Amino acid sequence: MYNSNNQKAEYSLGIDIGSTTAKVILRHGEEIIFESYERHFSQVREKTAELLSAVREITGENMLCAAISGSAGLGLSEATGIPFVQEVFATGEVVRLKEPDTSCVIELGGEDAKIIFFDGGMDERMNGSCAGGTGAFIDQMATLLNITVDELDELSLNAGRIYPIASRCGVFAKTDIQPLLNQGARKEDVSASIYQAVVNQTIAGLAQGKKIMGKVLFLGGPLYYCKGLGERFKKTLKLTDENAVFPSYGRFAVAYGASLFAEKEAFISTADDLLKKVKTAAEIKGGTERLAPLFENECEYNEFVARHSSATVEHCEISDYSGNAYLGIDCGSTTTKLVLLSEDNKLIYTYYASNQGNPVGIVLEQLLKLYSLCGKKVKIAGSAVTGYGEELIKHAFCVDYGIVETIAHYKAAKFFQPDVDFILDIGGQDIKCFKIKNGAIDSIMLNEACSSGCGSFLETFAKAMGYSIAEFAQKGLMGTAPVNLGSRCTVFMNSAVKQSQKDGATVEDISAGLSISVVKNAIYKVIRATSPDELGENIVVQGGTFYNDAVLRAFERELGHNVIRPSIAGLMGAYGAALFSKKCTHSTLVDDIALQNFVHTAKSAVCQGCTNHCRLTVNSFGDGKKFISGNQCEKGLGIENNARSLPNLYEFKRNYLTSLKSEKGKRGTVGMPLSLGMYELLPLWHGIFTKLGFNVKLSSMSTRRTYEKGQFSIPSDTACYPAKLMHGHIEELIESGVDAVFYPCLTYNMDEKNTDNHYNCPVVAYYSELLKGNTEALEQVEFWYPYLNVDNTRELARGLYRYFSNRLQGITLSEIKAAVNHGAKEYEKYMSAVKQEGRLAVAKARQNGDRIMILAGRPYHIDSEICHGIDRLANSLGFAVVSEDSIFDLAKPFTVRVLNQWTYHARLYRAARYAAENPDTQLVQLVSFGCGVDAITTDEVRSVLENAGKYYTQLKIDEITNLGAVKIRLRSLLGALEEGE
Amino acid sequence: MEERKYIPFTEEMKKDYTILVPNMLPRHFKLIMQVLKGYGYNMELLENSGPEIVENGLKYVHNDTCYPAILVIGQFLTAIKSGKYDVNKTALVLFQTGGGCRASNYIFLLRKALERAGYGFIPVISFSLTGLEKHPGFKMTVPVIHRVFYAIMYGDLLLSLVNQCKPYELISGESEKLADELTVRLVDDMRQNGVSFKRLKENSRVILSEFSKIQTARVPKVKVGVVGEIYVKYSPLGNNNLEQFLVDEGAEVVVPGLLDFFLYCLIAYLTDAKLYGKGRFYYPVIKFFYDFLVKKQQEIIDIISAESNFKPPTSITHTIELVRDYIGLGAKMGEGWLLPAEMLELNDSGVHNIVCTQPFGCLPNHIFGKGMMKPLKDKNPDMNIVAIDYDPGATKVNQENRIKLMLSNAKVNLEKNTFSYQISSDEKEKSEIKCK
Repeated sequence: MYNSNNQKAEYSLGIDIGSTTAKVILRHGEEIIFESYERHFSQVREKTAELLSAVREITGENMLCAAISGSAGLGLSEATGIPFVQEVFATGEVVRLKEPDTSCVIELGGEDAKIIFFDGGMDERMNGSCAGGTGAFIDQMATLLNITVDELDELSLNAGRIYPIASRCGVFAKTDIQPLLNQGARKEDVSASIYQAVVNQTIAGLAQGKKIMGKVLFLGGPLYYCKGLGERFKKTLKLTDENAVFPSYGRFAVAYGASLFAEKEAFISTADDLLKKVKTAAEIKGGTERLAPLFENECEYNEFVARHSSATVEHCEISDYSGNAYLGIDCGSTTTKLVLLSEDNKLIYTYYASNQGNPVGIVLEQLLKLYSLCGKKVKIAGSAVTGYGEELIKHAFCVDYGIVETIAHYKAAKFFQPDVDFILDIGGQDIKCFKIKNGAIDSIMLNEACSSGCGSFLETFAKAMGYSIAEFAQKGLMGTAPVNLGSRCTVFMNSAVKQSQKDGATVEDISAGLSISVVKNAIYKVIRATSPDELGENIVVQGGTFYNDAVLRAFERELGHNVIRPSIAGLMGAYGAALFSKKCTHSTLVDDIALQNFVHTAKSAVCQGCTNHCRLTVNSFGDGKKFISGNQCEKGLGIENNARSLPNLYEFKRNYLTSLKSEKGKRGTVGMPLSLGMYELLPLWHGIFTKLGFNVKLSSMSTRRTYEKGQFSIPSDTACYPAKLMHGHIEELIESGVDAVFYPCLTYNMDEKNTDNHYNCPVVAYYSELLKGNTEALEQVEFWYPYLNVDNTRELARGLYRYFSNRLQGITLSEIKAAVNHGAKEYEKYMSAVKQEGRLAVAKARQNGDRIMILAGRPYHIDSEICHGIDRLANSLGFAVVSEDSIFDLAKPFTVRVLNQWTYHARLYRAARYAAENPDTQLVQLVSFGCGVDAITTDEVRSVLENAGKYYTQLKIDEITNLGAVKIRLRSLLGALEEGE
Repeated sequence: MEERKYIPFTEEMKKDYTILVPNMLPRHFKLIMQVLKGYGYNMELLENSGPEIVENGLKYVHNDTCYPAILVIGQFLTAIKSGKYDVNKTALVLFQTGGGCRASNYIFLLRKALERAGYGFIPVISFSLTGLEKHPGFKMTVPVIHRVFYAIMYGDLLLSLVNQCKPYELISGESEKLADELTVRLVDDMRQNGVSFKRLKENSRVILSEFSKIQTARVPKVKVGVVGEIYVKYSPLGNNNLEQFLVDEGAEVVVPGLLDFFLYCLIAYLTDAKLYGKGRFYYPVIKFFYDFLVKKQQEIIDIISAESNFKPPTSITHTIELVRDYIGLGAKMGEGWLLPAEMLELNDSGVHNIVCTQPFGCLPNHIFGKGMMKPLKDKNPDMNIVAIDYDPGATKVNQENRIKLMLSNAKVNLEKNTFSYQISSDEKEKSEIKCK
């Protein structure tokens, strides 16, 4: 510990500045004499200076050695010259000193998650930029539940069950949690489920094929404070008490490591000197890009305020009114809104507040209040509810109508501005856009799960920085040089903000920057507009997020066009619902007497209706009324399904494939994973291998369990869900005792002609290569993955012979040729059965006057876990469901504007053309999250449909098990169709 | 089915149009462009940068499309909108290899983007050696292809030598300067003396001797290989100036050459014939071409090892042998088997630290990058690989933090090795200190 001037350090100082907290540790020899752990609210330099002052109190003028670590520490290190040590590396230093027999470290920070393996050479993994924060994620979820992190932890320890929550990133998980809350799931269970999601994310995202076992050390703030989280890790990893270590220095491990690192460096200084360095460093500006301020001057601001204050709706005091009134309730993802309208559409009562995770309670309270305000002279003559909690509220209070929120918002905007061309609504979680042409909805665009979180994101961020959302927005208006944070998914913004903080951006500039990002996200990701002219002349913006003047201003600036924001921007859903309810003649809404005795309990249950075993939430209301949610079909509701059964090609294909039989064979058992390309070519392979004398064993249709079974060996956490499921199928086959597993490499698929080429996508084509390298269980069996040409029977036979001639005893080319011919016939039989059934379905639907939906995706989208029962949902909404491969050949081939080189995708274009040519047919495209190829197909399918004046509906699907968002899209489509008729 | 419509680049246009070239492989493209200039094309390498590129890309291309498409298209549109060029006298060129990756669609996405932006009339030339499209004014004749390949060989050599000298140079910037000078000289030479393999060998000797004159201080440095998706691997715009960052962090960067990628494309063709019985007609031609290039590659390798202290590239035939146990040669989309092969080649030649770059959500790299990490590390515990995703939303601070982790480990390993180096024989010294 001597430097070049031969000065000796008395103390060792470690500073760890993470994304949300700053930690310091000061040691004198072995002894820790000072430690501190504080949130820095993005004031990195100020907080560090504060901590250094505290250090100064102890060290005085004595020499000390120091090092900085942490994601936000890098900038400070660069600016001050204090040595930097990478945080995972710092952790390694501590472990080697304190717990040398550790096999694995799991460290969660504010936004980083890390695993360090010590067995067999040190191997470290950090979360990718997609798997959003962990500590920050828990914070966000606590905010969503309207409790503190401590309370969440407390609650989690009393959980009775775990709900599946998507573990990919914060926004996805949020989409799962919100409906659970709205449907009345217990907070205890939700809390524990949130922790489980973090655990799953850590294991699936970071371990990447390496098993976590032996002595595991848990480090970092969240694992130190959240006892429940540690419990979930212990349970999931099946660790004993001895092997799960939560050390007392858990929060400080990185700072501790930095202090150890400091001792090896020749940087020796005094606390005063460090303090001076940090203080002067504050003036250095970094390279974060800046944008023009929202307002050039005071005058612009005043004009803006004046213009928007004119867009109001007439009010009338409830005490001054008598007669009929109409109630609109908007039970949104994070807020609940109520509006009571007079006969002449004046507002006589409004309510807007966070639903605090308990929308039923809020509505109950509000209804009681309303009845007392109304007294005898105002009668609620009609009521309608919309939003995420629509069904729950409708059942609980016998509301007259439940309408889909898109229609509610459209009604409201149209009433407000009859000439409206374009409506943009940004709510807590959703962005909805409508184009209006000739007084009817022309197209509807909704955000994907990956870019949601708009409004609630801003709110969470404001809180994280210590402001209310109103203060935060106000600050944004003042920003002189807003930071450029990009327009990607909001989870990425966390990191972008981190970077700007590193470069010394002010809260004002960050607030303005975030508002601009939200706006860019809406315009470029959701609307996909390139110029404001596309949006039309009269643009109405609404939704709670537009109360934020910074967002409103940013939107106008980005468009270069003024827009109208109604003063009731946040109430438009409820307003539209109230307008809708005016057609009511006899209201069934619960009266004030029944309300006095209203009780609500929520209980969880597992549906026994079929093998899918949906997890249900059963809501019971005082008078024996029940509302059940979580079900994928009608069975769980306990009512006889007497609806006409509508054609469903997905069901047909599933039944066909799973009923392929195979007998005991002389050559043993070969397992085939029912996943990815197998969903298309199974009849071919099944035919070939059965003929060759194999017993063909198929893995069962995927469930959530399938995913969990294989998730530990998934190397790329951003691959599509269908690919990830493959790992579980392989595990299942091997457990079932097959002799070999077959899944070939297929660069090319069947050539269906009239296309540029007939490739498979890279994932379908070569997934076996990845399985071979990452699934250790495959070493127990033969794994056959030859490169084959399926499009040519002669070449296919040759390829198989080349591969199997020295793998299968006594096999001959002629035997293989015969098998290939048999397989090819089976495949042809399957494809013509599908096409036959498709034609029948279309004919039947036409005969009965049912709407036809082409649910267009890939062959593997029929998997019940991948499509989450969307086919059945579409049936229940009255659509006859056909698949893309059953009808695409009814449309003539045509030239698309992109390279048409993948077999599966070529079917999409022709299916779209069929929908474009037939007025009774709609196309809904299923897109797996992370499917790179669909970035190309979606725009093309959309343009084929829109050029023919049809609606384009896209459903992005992933691990998410909740159908709420899907239902909204499909009902919006239905609503728009009805509206148009 | 009707032909897909596009605006061809006519012979008329050749006279006075400026052809804009995206900044993908600056070193190679400068050479290739000079070659094409000699054939009367007026070309300009785009060197614009800044936030508008990504913004324009996001505006006109589907946001889930891969990052290289967003950047390339964004860079073109930014240039066109800048007012610097007469849009009625401008054409664009994109390089295409074809194949099952979505990258084959870039040119169509570019045309769609141009249409949306109101520049649908600007011709886009598809530059491919297989002639995927017809452009009467832009013909890939045998002499042109011939010269382009020489340009690639020179480019690879210059790239490798700059990388080997830059971190050690005493006068900062000297190796880059020399490479720029040599680029001009080489192109002049091609123009005056034509191309022949004899000239290539002579010129290579000159290049080697000129680089040997650069004064360097050979202190032990961490060597870091850069592999990955071809655009983000080479383009500083795509990888946030990765090479410079690594050099600033005190590392020596090793980037495999472009020739290997072309050889990989040829092998893909040959393998298709073997595995699937496709394209047997051209098989002998392609095979001849492949063998020819492999031979030439070997000759250059021999010159480098015999006549200089620089480290030569590895022959593709050896690289293929390294990867055989890991993946089939039929895996040919994107970088395909070449990606793990390059990582193994780097490891084999003593470069254990590797940055594997890819656009976020890159489909082939799920398999060939991230999917191959485990088997590679299992069999080669020394390998220290970090996978970095690039995308419009990824921030530099996150990327750099991960690279720093890899570098920290690399430095620890270097210290261990340096210690053993000090006590080892002169033999080892020769291999450790490659250049003077």
